[in-house]
Amino acid sequence: MRYEAPGTVEGAVALLAGATGEARVLAGGTDLLVQMRADIVDPGLIVDIKKIPETRAITEEKGGWRIGAAVTGAELKEHPKLKKAWPGVVEAANLIGSTQVQGRATMGGNLCNGSPAADSVPALIAAGALATLAGPKGRRDLPVEDVMLGPRRLALEKGEIVVSFLLPPRPPRSSDAYLRFIPRTEMDIAVVGAGVNLTVDGSGIVTAARVSLGAVAPRVLLVPEAAQAIIGSRLDKPAQERLEAAARAACRPIDDKRGTTEFRIDVAAVLTRRAALIALDRARTS
Amino acid sequence: MAKHHIQAQVNGDEVEFLCETEETLLDVLRDTLNMTGSKEGCSSGDCGACSVMLDGRLVCSCLVLGCEVGGRRIETIEGMAQGEKLHPLQQRFLEHAALQCGICTPGVLVASKALLERNSNPTETEVRYWLAGNLCRCTGYDKIVTAVMDTAAAMRKG
Repeated sequence: MRYEAPGTVEGAVALLAGATGEARVLAGGTDLLVQMRADIVDPGLIVDIKKIPETRAITEEKGGWRIGAAVTGAELKEHPKLKKAWPGVVEAANLIGSTQVQGRATMGGNLCNGSPAADSVPALIAAGALATLAGPKGRRDLPVEDVMLGPRRLALEKGEIVVSFLLPPRPPRSSDAYLRFIPRTEMDIAVVGAGVNLTVDGSGIVTAARVSLGAVAPRVLLVPEAAQAIIGSRLDKPAQERLEAAARAACRPIDDKRGTTEFRIDVAAVLTRRAALIALDRARTS
Repeated sequence: MAKHHIQAQVNGDEVEFLCETEETLLDVLRDTLNMTGSKEGCSSGDCGACSVMLDGRLVCSCLVLGCEVGGRRIETIEGMAQGEKLHPLQQRFLEHAALQCGICTPGVLVASKALLERNSNPTETEVRYWLAGNLCRCTGYDKIVTAVMDTAAAMRKG
C-alpha cells in the first residue's frame, strides 16, 4: 500500500488520476481507517491531502467563508467568527463522534464518505455551500447537494477531490441551525438530521430559507417545498404546520432497528420545526 | 514496497522508526517503540483506550497512520508522570479508585489532562461530554468523573 502526502492540489490530482488500482483520499481518516481495518476498502494508494495548505485553512472570501476540506471539527469549534456567522454548520460538524474524533474528522471526509446520515452535510446544503473540486480537467464548483448521488456514490470524477467549501455571504438577520436525533445523548449516527438556514426582514418575516434533511433518503435532501412553506411567514403556527407537512412529504426513509420508516418521518417533521425556530431566534438576534 | 522512515517527537524525545503504510500510530507506539501504555480496544475510534495527543490535539492513535506523524509531536500516557512523581490526575484516580481493570485508564487520563489544560473549571456535564469517547466497562464512570472534578478543584487551588 503506497502512501503519498503531496503539498499541492495538482500533485494530489495527478496521483489519483494516475492510479491504476483503488485509490483513496485521506483527510482525517476517521472513516477511511475504520473501513480499511474492516476490509471494506483495500486501496493500493492513499493520498493524504493534509499537507496542502488550502485544504487546511479557514478564510473570509468575498463576504463569505471558505473552509478547507481537511479542517477538523475541533478547529471549526475554535473559530469564533465562523461560529457566529454559521452556527448551524459548526454545530453539525461538532456532532460527529467524540472529542478524539473531532480532533481529526473533517467536513470534506464527512461528505466524501457518502453516507446519507452524515451530520455536516444537511447543514452545508441548507447553508447553500459550494464544494470546490479539483480534477484532471481543472476546477469546478458544485452545490453540496449535487456531490452525493447515493450511499457511497459521489459525482466526483476519477482524480477529482474536494478542496474546500464556500459558504456564501450572509444578509443581515440570517442564521442557521442543525438538529439530529440519536437514541443516545452522544456518539451515534443520525437517525434523522435537519438543517435550516433562513433570513428574516426587520419585521420578522422570513424572506429566504433553505431546508435540508439527512438520513431519510438514499442521499441528503434539499427540500425546497419546506423552504417555500415558511418564506413570507413569521414562522407562526400555521407556517410551522406547513413546514412539518413539507418535511414529511420529502422523506423516503429506510426501516431498520435504529428507526422505523414511520418514526423517522415523524422525527423529521419535529426536528425541522425545532431547527427552524432555533434559526429564527438566532437570526433575530444576529 | 520500502517501509516509511519517520522521525517524530514522542514525550519530548526525538524518535525514529520504520513502518508500513497500514500500520497505525498505535501499532507503532506499542509494537515498534514498545510503549504499551496506550491500549487497543476497538480499533475503530469508538473506545478511546488508545488516546494520545498529536500536536496538542486529542486523537485516537488507532485512527492515525504511523506514516502521517513525521515531524509531529506526540504525547502518550508514558509522558504523564514526571519520573516517580505522578500527575495530579493519576494521583487522584488512585485515591478515588477510579479504575478497576485499568484498560481504559491510560486513555481516560490522557483525555482528562487535555480537558483540564483547556478548561480548568469544567462542569460535570462538560467532563462527561468530553470523555464520551472513552469507554469504561467497569466503573460506571462516576468515580472517573469525581476524580477529574476533584483534580480540577485541587489544581485551581495550586
